Amino acid sequence: CCRSRRLCILKGIYPHEPKHKKKVNKGSTAPRTFYLLKDIKFLLHEPIVNKFREYKVFVRKLRKAYGKSEWNTVDRLKDNKPSYKLDHIVKERYPTFIDALRDLDDALSMCFLFSTFPRTGKCHVQTIQLCRRLAVEFLNYVIASRSLRKVFLSIKGIYYQAEVLGQPVTWITPYTFAHDHPTDVDYRVMATFTEFYTTLLGFVNFRLYQSLNLLYPPKIDGQADAELKPAEGTEYAMDSESYLEKLSALSASLARVMAPTHEDEVEMDEFPVEGETAEQMDARKKEQEAAEKHKKLFEGLRFFLNREVPREPLAFVIRCFGGQVSWDKSLCIGATYDVNDPSITHQIVDRPKVEKQVVGRYYLQPQWVFDSVNAKICLPVADYFPGVLLPPHLSPFVTEKEGDYIPPEKLKLLALQRGENPEDESEEEEEEEEDDNEKEEEEDEDESEKEEEMKLKKMEEEKTQSSKALPVKVTAGKLQLEDKQRLEQEQQSEEKRLAIMMMKKREKYLYKKIMFGKKRKVREANKLAAKRKAHDTAVKEEKKKSKKARRA
Amino acid sequence: SSLLQDIRNTVGNIPMEWYQDFPHVGYDLDGKKIYKPIRNKDELDMFLEKMENPDYWRTVQDKMTGADVKLTDEQVELVHRLQRGQFGDVNFNPYEPAVDFFTHEVMIHPVTNRPADKRSFIPSLIEKEKVSKLVHAIKMGWIKPRKPKDDTPTYYDLWAHEDPNSILGRHKMHVPAPKMKLPGHEESYNPPPEYLLSEEEKLAWEQQDPAERRLDLVPQRFRCLRAVPAYPRFIHERFERCLDLYLCPRQRKMRVNVDPEDLIPKLPKPRDLQPFPTTQALVYRGHTSLVRCLSVSPSGQWLVSGSDDGTVRFWEVCTARCMKTLPMGGVVKSVAWNPNPTICLVAICVEQEVLLVNPCLGDKLLYGATDQLLESYEAPEEERVQPVQWATANAEERGKGVRLRIQHSKALKQVTWHGKGDYFATVVSDNSNMQVLVHQTSKRWSQNPFRKSKGLVQCVLFHPIRPYFFVATQRYVRVYNLLKQELTKKLMANCKWVSSMAIHPGGDNIICGSYDSKLAWFDLDLSTRPYQLLRHHKKALRSVAFHKHYPLFASGSDDGTVIVCHGMVYNDLLQNPLLVPVKVLKGHVQTLDLGVLDVIFHPTQPWVFSSGADGTVRLYT
Repeated sequence: CCRSRRLCILKGIYPHEPKHKKKVNKGSTAPRTFYLLKDIKFLLHEPIVNKFREYKVFVRKLRKAYGKSEWNTVDRLKDNKPSYKLDHIVKERYPTFIDALRDLDDALSMCFLFSTFPRTGKCHVQTIQLCRRLAVEFLNYVIASRSLRKVFLSIKGIYYQAEVLGQPVTWITPYTFAHDHPTDVDYRVMATFTEFYTTLLGFVNFRLYQSLNLLYPPKIDGQADAELKPAEGTEYAMDSESYLEKLSALSASLARVMAPTHEDEVEMDEFPVEGETAEQMDARKKEQEAAEKHKKLFEGLRFFLNREVPREPLAFVIRCFGGQVSWDKSLCIGATYDVNDPSITHQIVDRPKVEKQVVGRYYLQPQWVFDSVNAKICLPVADYFPGVLLPPHLSPFVTEKEGDYIPPEKLKLLALQRGENPEDESEEEEEEEEDDNEKEEEEDEDESEKEEEMKLKKMEEEKTQSSKALPVKVTAGKLQLEDKQRLEQEQQSEEKRLAIMMMKKREKYLYKKIMFGKKRKVREANKLAAKRKAHDTAVKEEKKKSKKARRA
Repeated sequence: SSLLQDIRNTVGNIPMEWYQDFPHVGYDLDGKKIYKPIRNKDELDMFLEKMENPDYWRTVQDKMTGADVKLTDEQVELVHRLQRGQFGDVNFNPYEPAVDFFTHEVMIHPVTNRPADKRSFIPSLIEKEKVSKLVHAIKMGWIKPRKPKDDTPTYYDLWAHEDPNSILGRHKMHVPAPKMKLPGHEESYNPPPEYLLSEEEKLAWEQQDPAERRLDLVPQRFRCLRAVPAYPRFIHERFERCLDLYLCPRQRKMRVNVDPEDLIPKLPKPRDLQPFPTTQALVYRGHTSLVRCLSVSPSGQWLVSGSDDGTVRFWEVCTARCMKTLPMGGVVKSVAWNPNPTICLVAICVEQEVLLVNPCLGDKLLYGATDQLLESYEAPEEERVQPVQWATANAEERGKGVRLRIQHSKALKQVTWHGKGDYFATVVSDNSNMQVLVHQTSKRWSQNPFRKSKGLVQCVLFHPIRPYFFVATQRYVRVYNLLKQELTKKLMANCKWVSSMAIHPGGDNIICGSYDSKLAWFDLDLSTRPYQLLRHHKKALRSVAFHKHYPLFASGSDDGTVIVCHGMVYNDLLQNPLLVPVKVLKGHVQTLDLGVLDVIFHPTQPWVFSSGADGTVRLYT
């Protein structure tokens, strides 16, 4: 059973839902998993089954030799330890490279998780090291190809989305903390998956590096390598490990098979797609330009990471968009410049106050980097100064459809992207609103003493007064028109109701289900909007109170 | 004193704790007990001694004798040396020059004079055995030579030759695993404030079953990135994903992508199907209890209603004026106006009697003629056995308008006239074969058409043109031919309990209302099953009605509404009837869980009357 599970995982065999559950299950409807007979037969033909058997025999022999203290035999057996490869399974499961890329999400997430495991217990040290190596290689590829598109700081971890050869690849990495290993998780299952995923990721990495004309296994560019003084490296790691450490610092570019020449960037010829209008073509061109611009978002900027910010994700993101990044020498290998470097433009800080500020650079919270990447523009920095209450961090994976709730921050962001500058207007509006509110409040205070009926009466009086004072002419025709419209609407809705009555039972069920879903969506959106409104008013009141207190 | 010094303990090398509880510590050479020195020093004495005695530090207790011994200078020195890890003997030199007993220089003489063994000249047998064993094992293939190192690189270009032919057929059937759901705003470490859960929502979330939760985490807000902790369920989620990948059955499901508007059937607009009643025009008030039955005079000028308050009221339709009130002394279950326009007669069911009443409304000639017609009856010579008793009304009753009384044996349920106005049928709530009786007014003659009971009869109906008779039992409608005296058809109503029935004036279509809120339309030419089942009402249907001229039918239900439908029957037999609901009329208030009890159409106008449990009769025009 254990071995068949392993086989199923490696070969990607999954159960099927039978069309007639009762027929298959001998009349019982108890939940059972069903595999296709074809699939099981397919598993039997797998050459790796024999390898597994050999391995089992090997383990048995080894145990016997240990028991008899035959150390020669133990040595001999260990020399001849049977090994197996999963290459052919990878090829079989993913006949084309694109297939493999499409299924890369889980592989990456798993490798990133395993690379954070401690090197004790749980799984083999080699696996962890391999996972780390492959993950770092992939990150380096993403940097070299500048294919990162979206980043999201979630409670669970950090989500990244890259566009690799046109395929969106999403993965999640946990925050760097020690894991509290749960007891109700079967690590053997995860290890089997990881075994397959490492193989897959290795081949994918190879191919990706090849596509960029990079050396594989990756090598740090000689020029950059020289900059990292070799003597410096020894402080952090032994020679055997310093290679991976330097690579995982993500600060240096990689060596190419051939030296890059600037003429390499060939202008892409334009092939107009048939049936495409000029407008569409323009839109496509614009989109491409925007994408190119997005790739060069941080070009020319020099970042410095303080000790308290997560180094790896930030370094990765900044380098992906062309920025230069460094950190404190004592933090990690691969620091390229110092805090005191005058050319630093942005310093990423995650502490409430910065004691000694250098003129000529922005001190920003890390969220600015992520938000800017998602917004595809460098956002205004004022909201992200240290100690400032941050604006909400929105998910870049949500694309609101019509009728969905859109948070106001998103609206503002969209306006910014369109090139408008909504801030001034909104500020003015706010001021105006505040004035209005104050006036209203005063009125409220006056009126609150009187009873509600009185208020109503007063309002009526005011109305009549105003109507007397102003020569307003109320035309009857307009009113009728409205009435007509309403009548029409009523009639239409009634017609619809009557037609719904005539629906067939099945269609009615479907219709009701769809309508229920729609209504729920609207309800949820309304709820969110109401909550937001309540929150905003509460915040405003708080502000006003504090203002008053200050005035007093 | 010399004797005292020679105290020697003879107990030997034993743990001295064994003598802890005894007054002595052992035995001397003479076999006498050696007593412990009397020690009555307490803490204070000890302290004083420590302070006063300069040799306190070099005083130790001899465990063998229990006496205090003062160490000499040599002994103290020895202790010090041992503590320092030096040799006890001062004169011992650990660094004496080494003497080489065996040198590297080969001497000419052996150290020993022993001759060499024979085994040093001949090969070892044990070794030979071992070697031969190995050789044998190699020969038999038990031991394999060491495998050559595999020096192909671990990773290479696996997809260098993408061969479309090598793709397995099964790959086409492969269902790729769906990707993980991408996170929304609520998963952010710093979400917009509206996504945070309020206290109640949080409580509700915690009480929900983990499988039912729409969100798999509680949104949280952290002030800065530094404050974000590790997610405790990260490994769990990866593990669950793994389990999903290899244990979940996969299936391609086609998502229904329908515009809900397309599902609504395209019907002709009600506006194009006018005329039909649209608004409530008049309310006839007067009854104090629920109004069970209604009937309209064939001219359409008068309306009669019977109620649970024991009265029958006659109304003028156009003015809603109550012309007459007849107290009946019992619940009025059914009223029916004679459909013959030349006769002015109303049949009323009160408990066990059917009363034929001349309301004396309208044209005097007309109701006078009716009276004459009734009086012209001549009793036949021979007395016939009848299931009911016919009796003429007495003078007092005549004053009220009652002309004839037909006494039944059981309580009555329904009365209905034949189209010609001479015959009428009554239904008795009974389970025998006497449930349905057909009466002839002109001959004052009743008969029982059925020999056997076929179940509880709900209502009966005459065919408007042909000699057919419809009997609705609980689940079926039976059609009898009165001339041939046989069952022609049995219609399955497809419902639990038929409540009412009405026939199209053309005579080929029937509608049946049922207590399980369905309305069945039968096309008699088409099938014995309903042509269409309409589930428009939310509660039990109480009554249904057809219009005499217009293609309209109406149904009244306990939910207090009357639904008017357009029911066009075409003369062309190939074309199926067209049923379109055109109006939902509301007005009746639900009382005692009852809404509309009876509906009836005006004979000439597209108007509908309805009577309700709230004691009113309403006219919709």
